Amino acid sequence: MGSSWQARLTKVTSNKELTSFLILAALLLVVFPLSMGIFRLNLVGKYLTYAFVAMGLVISWGYGGILSLGQGVFFGLGGYCMAMFLKLEASDPVATAIQSTPGIPDFMDWNQLTALPFFWVPFKSLALSLIAVPLVPALLALLVGVAMFKRRVGGVYFAIITQAIAAILSILIIGQQGYTGGVNGITDLKTMHGWDIRTDSAKYVLYFVNAFLLLGAALVTTGMLKSKLGRLLVAMRDKEDRVRFSGYDVANLKTFAFVFAAVLSALGGAMFTLQVGFMSPSFVGIVPSIEMVICAAVGGRDSVLGAVYGTLIVNFGKTFFSERFPELWLFLIGALFIAVVLVFPNGLAGLNREGIRKSWSGARKRILGLRDRWRRSSSSDAMPPAVKQDVKEAMR
Amino acid sequence: MGNRQYTYRSKLFSALSAACALGIATAAVAADYPTAKVNTTGLAVTDTEVTVGQLHSATGTMAISETGSIQAERLAIDQINASGGILGRKIKIIQEDGASDWPTFAEKAKKLLISDKVATVFGCWTSASRKAVLPVFEKENGLLYYPTFYEGLEQSKNVFYTGQEATQQILAGLDWLVKEKKAKTFFLIGSDYIWPRTSNKIARKHIENVLKGTVVGEEYYPLGHTQFGSLINKIKLKKPDAIYAIVVGGSNVSFYKQLKAAGVTSAKQTLLTISVTEDELLGIGGENMVGFYAAMKYFQSLDNPNNKKFVEAFKAKYGAKSVIGDVTQAGYLGPWLWKAAVEKAGSFDVDKVVAASPNIELKTAPEGYVKLHPNHHLWSKLRIGQVELNGQFKVLYESGLIEPNPFPKGYQ
Amino acid sequence: MTSMSDLFSILIMQGFNGLSSFCVLLLMALGLAIIFGQMGVINMAHGEFLTIGAYTTFVLSEVSQRWAHWMQGSYFIVAVAVSFVIAAAVGLLVEHLMIRHLYRRPLDTLLATWGLSLIMQQIFRSTFGAKEVSATLPDWLMGSVQPTPTIDIPINGLLMMGLTLLMTMIVFIGLFKTRWGVWVRATTQNRIMAGAAGINTRKIDRYAFGLGCGLAGMAGAAFTTIGSTGPTSGSMYIVDTFLVVVFGGAQSLIGCIASAFSIAQAQSTAEFFLTGSTAKVLTLLTVIVILMLRPQGLFSIRVRR
Repeated sequence: MGSSWQARLTKVTSNKELTSFLILAALLLVVFPLSMGIFRLNLVGKYLTYAFVAMGLVISWGYGGILSLGQGVFFGLGGYCMAMFLKLEASDPVATAIQSTPGIPDFMDWNQLTALPFFWVPFKSLALSLIAVPLVPALLALLVGVAMFKRRVGGVYFAIITQAIAAILSILIIGQQGYTGGVNGITDLKTMHGWDIRTDSAKYVLYFVNAFLLLGAALVTTGMLKSKLGRLLVAMRDKEDRVRFSGYDVANLKTFAFVFAAVLSALGGAMFTLQVGFMSPSFVGIVPSIEMVICAAVGGRDSVLGAVYGTLIVNFGKTFFSERFPELWLFLIGALFIAVVLVFPNGLAGLNREGIRKSWSGARKRILGLRDRWRRSSSSDAMPPAVKQDVKEAMR
Repeated sequence: MGNRQYTYRSKLFSALSAACALGIATAAVAADYPTAKVNTTGLAVTDTEVTVGQLHSATGTMAISETGSIQAERLAIDQINASGGILGRKIKIIQEDGASDWPTFAEKAKKLLISDKVATVFGCWTSASRKAVLPVFEKENGLLYYPTFYEGLEQSKNVFYTGQEATQQILAGLDWLVKEKKAKTFFLIGSDYIWPRTSNKIARKHIENVLKGTVVGEEYYPLGHTQFGSLINKIKLKKPDAIYAIVVGGSNVSFYKQLKAAGVTSAKQTLLTISVTEDELLGIGGENMVGFYAAMKYFQSLDNPNNKKFVEAFKAKYGAKSVIGDVTQAGYLGPWLWKAAVEKAGSFDVDKVVAASPNIELKTAPEGYVKLHPNHHLWSKLRIGQVELNGQFKVLYESGLIEPNPFPKGYQ
Repeated sequence: MTSMSDLFSILIMQGFNGLSSFCVLLLMALGLAIIFGQMGVINMAHGEFLTIGAYTTFVLSEVSQRWAHWMQGSYFIVAVAVSFVIAAAVGLLVEHLMIRHLYRRPLDTLLATWGLSLIMQQIFRSTFGAKEVSATLPDWLMGSVQPTPTIDIPINGLLMMGLTLLMTMIVFIGLFKTRWGVWVRATTQNRIMAGAAGINTRKIDRYAFGLGCGLAGMAGAAFTTIGSTGPTSGSMYIVDTFLVVVFGGAQSLIGCIASAFSIAQAQSTAEFFLTGSTAKVLTLLTVIVILMLRPQGLFSIRVRR
């Protein structure tokens, strides 16, 4: 087993891929920690937790062709599972002695709860909580996935339904504040099994745990994509019917991709809670979910490592520009959304794959193409390029 | 124009110097306060300058509300600088945008405290943003002046709350309703999150246990809800003597417009709110709420010399059309309270400023006299204002100074 | 105590309330039903086109206050029309610059229009300020009709109904009784064949998108009577709007009407017997469960694909 591990690794990753993986590893494990203070490093750690979500989107959207606008739900659920454990540990009877019911989280006490609700009880145990982090989101994803993909709900419909799920869950969490902490979220987390997660040394440790987890996730994901499963996913994205007619159950494949993405997001959420020290319903909503999609798109929607770079760049940009030009920030991010779709559909990974020069000329061609089409459509022609393309495809 | 401004300024400062005679006197002799002595914890204080942070949402959904606080804090800091600064040092502001996003607030709070080493921060608006930054301030031992009226249930060494906590804003208002409007039955309405829920809980206990009235309905709608027809019909069914409303944000506008359209006007119905200030009225439109009541510690129309100067200065800086709500005024108090505490302590060190803060008085506050309680909240009055067509309030009632009580016994 | 006649009045008013929420949902959804249902473009900036209408109303209200007092009572009618024109014009521009390059990639239109919505929000904020504004509405609009002393029928609700009726008629006549409508439907159902039959599908797309945005702007103007006007006001409606269109069966206008009606009635009934938040969650959940069981929505056009 031990010797085959390396063999497998080289089998699943071509040399070029291995190099890019090692570069990323070096960046995360050596360059960042050496070049930044703990404040910036903690910030990077926070961004990297979003990269889990973006990586999940690469699988479900880039490969599976299903775009979920509710990945925040899974990120949030993972984060909440972790936060519930930490909150219970922070609310021991001594620390909460001034409450009318000591030993329960403070927000429950404010809402006249006198006992711990039943679904909180398992989160007294670290082991159970760590199991719940991936399990709860996976079960929800499974339920949603089976229900929708078996009935061949896809594409746009799926996107909108997941968006509504995100809306429901955030209304629920905000409304049920006695059980969930409401709009404030679960805050003031202190220790994990007695280990203070707020200290600088803990932040270093958590950063590295997070980085290793992310690199591990990248390996697993790349490996999965190289397997037969991954090739089926690609085939399904490109010609769903052919895969179906070949005897594969497309619904199962899609459900798998969706659950996989959900579990990755949940890991990110749990690491977020640990590093930032709180969890709130603002992650469950639609806005963060879509922002994570843009991270994946900037990185290149079919590139696992690109997702990490995309997340880092979008979030660094957000921090940088919102500090210096708060007015300009929304224009910039808006323009980025549009540019990535119109001019660089393959994102950073596309730049890397095709080489900077080639993809720049591609982008130029696309821009010139836009201009040409613009000119031509101004002098209204009967059959614009889009239709020509359609006809060509139909004749094929 | 410049001349007039100058005279009002000098007038203002002569008034201020009465209150902070000590401050003005020391301002002239900064050399008496060597940096090494007034700053032993490595804050961003130089011989000529002290850096403070400002952390609000300039973008996103909360920008609607937080803009006023940003402006008021800047005004106060400009005025302090014009009068010689603090311990002979000018205040420099680093403004960060929380972007209506709680993790961003936490991130920017860390940046201000760790990278910029600011001496204090004026900021936050929603409770959620405050809860998100609170652990940061406690761990880094920073200082935060928080301007919004809020639900209470919190007291931190590192935070000063310049708005009212729930009991200050609620109890006296309900007493007034019962005494003046003979209200016996109440309908409680709120947006569905912690502040309205906690406030209504306190209101209900007070109505049932102290005022011996009845609550005939209690309803919550999600933030951003826009259809209040069903709720209005329920109100019509229950016929309460008074509606007690804590609706916030865009929902506010929908609620009052639809209330008016359904014929529920002040001619037929008494309504008291604790969530509508002049800022909100701008969006609702005075004509849609005219005659209803609001309970606040401050209204722009307050008739006292401090407030006249404040309103004049605010309009001179931000335009004649700008309005000032309760939170805006509370934001204005922050820098002045900090200045008073720093000067009393003779130091910028957070621990010394915190130690010097209890019982600090501000006689020049636009709302009148305020005093800082050892529990970090302000002693303040409660006023009842009635909405007028022009989007202002007519002040009908003013209580005595109310002691802040963030953990009210019997109301939890 | 409440008497029987009071209860009856409440029943009437609650029925009217259900109807007016139905109109609100339908007004929001009609434009999107064309853009999304007919053209397959996921326009996440739909809410911002509503906001364009709201701000247009605000600007006209200020103008009438300051310079044209004679139109203070009637400017609102003008505002509804002007909102349509402005929103449609912006829609045409957006279609020209952005959307037309993306017709074959629906999920990408989602990302691009989301970016557009952020940019539009910042434009509103830079132009009108971050604070909410309020158009001064004519008094006749904000009152109520009282058929009996205990029944209040809001006039803005009646206006909303009239407008809904008007817009639905325009859309229906446009789509089903005109040559242009035939072209649109042909393009929707089979773009390639429509093109082969000599229909300029590019032109059809452009005007359909413009019409959808114009309708949104009109709805936005109407919403100033019941809602807020701020940079992010429009985004409050977006989830509900998409749900209405999807629930109805994206390509069916009848479905859109049926879905707006059933969602509005369900919500308004649930709100009356439960509390607001619970009602909202229950309605959304029911819609999702039904969509999972019947993904094509209430009504769907049978097309071989």
